[in-house]
Amino acid sequence: MGGFEPQGRWQASAFLAAGSSSFADFLSMAAPELLPRARHADGQPAHGAATMPRSGPDLPHGTTIVTAICDGGVVMAGDRRATAGNVISQRDIEKVFRSDEYSCVGIAGVAGIGVELVRLFAVELEHYEKLEGRSLSLEGKANRLAGLVRANLAGALQGLVAVPLLAGYDEETDHGRIFSFDVAGGKYEEQRFATIGSGSVFARGSLKKLYRDGMGAQDVMLVLMQALYDAADDDSATGGPDMSRRIYPVVVIVTADGFEQLTEDQAGQYAEAVVAERMHLPDGPAAPLRPASS
Amino acid sequence: MPFYVSPEQVMKDKADYARKRISAIRSGVVLTCEAGILLVAPNPSRALRKFSELYDRIAFAAVGRYNEFETLRKAGVRYADMTGFQYDRRDVTARGLADWYGQLLGSLFTDSPKPYEVEIVVAQVGKTPADDEIYRITFEGSVADEHDFVVVGGQADRVAAVIKEQYSQSMSLVDAMRLAIASLAGQGDGAAEPLMSSQLEVALLERNRTHRAFRRLTGARLDALLAEAEAESAGAEAAAGAEAQAGAETMADAETAAGGETGADGGPDAG
Repeated sequence: MGGFEPQGRWQASAFLAAGSSSFADFLSMAAPELLPRARHADGQPAHGAATMPRSGPDLPHGTTIVTAICDGGVVMAGDRRATAGNVISQRDIEKVFRSDEYSCVGIAGVAGIGVELVRLFAVELEHYEKLEGRSLSLEGKANRLAGLVRANLAGALQGLVAVPLLAGYDEETDHGRIFSFDVAGGKYEEQRFATIGSGSVFARGSLKKLYRDGMGAQDVMLVLMQALYDAADDDSATGGPDMSRRIYPVVVIVTADGFEQLTEDQAGQYAEAVVAERMHLPDGPAAPLRPASS
Repeated sequence: MPFYVSPEQVMKDKADYARKRISAIRSGVVLTCEAGILLVAPNPSRALRKFSELYDRIAFAAVGRYNEFETLRKAGVRYADMTGFQYDRRDVTARGLADWYGQLLGSLFTDSPKPYEVEIVVAQVGKTPADDEIYRITFEGSVADEHDFVVVGGQADRVAAVIKEQYSQSMSLVDAMRLAIASLAGQGDGAAEPLMSSQLEVALLERNRTHRAFRRLTGARLDALLAEAEAESAGAEAAAGAEAQAGAETMADAETAAGGETGADGGPDAG
């Protein structure tokens, strides 16, 4: 089983078969070498992962992604830094993507695996839509993504870890929903907000203090920008807003109107507001110590 | 009991079989206009589609046996998605797909005992009407590079003759719709009864749309477009007087003449 099999790959029977509507399933049959999975040089899936050297630190890693539900949808934001060990390997990487009209995905971990995973997932959703004439339910999308993440488990155990964060607008309930994943393909629905990546602990602490249920989209964007600033403040691998180069976090929103990514200028306004505020209050807004009612 | 049949005879029998089946199929139209590429065909079914999206700016249209062209459609979506995933979205082209379909249908025609009873079109919308690409692929795998418009199905020549008379690349969507309806009306039985929106399948590859250009026109949108097209053709006739009258008459003549031929000439285009 070499990696490249021109004969098997372009054989007409593979295309004409009455297979499933999954693009990944089709690839695993027609061209398995195209799937974003870590393999040994001989093309077999990796085994004996525990004895393999961890190859993580040398590769570019994506860092912090934050997402939170807003009124009528969901907002996701990600910083722009990729790090390889202690080196900043890219300042303007994008780690939040449109997966289809009503969902978006952010990735943290090994960028090479993560970006390819999102690309596959986006094709997977569009492929299903074209073959079946309808979109997958949001739950269906989350299950499918969990399956794709699980397929890289062997690679993850070798240190090639990448996990996604899925957020989308659920047309049935008219609400935004969030799903997080672990490397074994575990899928967890998050109720209010979620964070992944190296700066996620700091971002989550920030969100806990600043997020309120039922916030409008603009407020949620500001909250997420604050959370990313706090993550960058304490985590060296997370990049804060780069005012001199005008590189700001990627901010996207998914509502009944579909997917929309803020322009650099729009995202810059939120970033500048947060940075300006931190000039006076380096630690950001303070939450009240006691509940307002007491 | 072994016996010999010459390859010529085998191929001829297969081709005759496919031609005969295709000649009985109602025609569909794919035509370029200002707004994009319009696809119109009579189709009473809401579920079994003749038109669909292959890729961002590429549509698939087919007439014939549903299960056969559905298999081809799915194969095309797989091919397009795989090519786009492996290289880049821009590397999926109508030309590549048409070529691939030609090879696929060609080998299916030679290898399988029964040829596919289909005729398919791969269309790609460009920046201007002149950049549009339309390919027609027949059951035995021959690929034709068509310009401006193409008609598939049993009545192709007759329908194409009606379109050719009035067609221009810079037509508006409403004009294109009117022309498509006029050309398709009265197929088969020869009577020119108007087509209702419930009997039509209409789709558009929208020129000015970013990313995915394919859109189905259904329900209220289709009704509105049909009403507009009807009003325009009535208005044009009333306003332009004698000239339009003459034009409409020639069109009607062409229709009656072709309608008379229909019975005898079972699908001149299938070959």
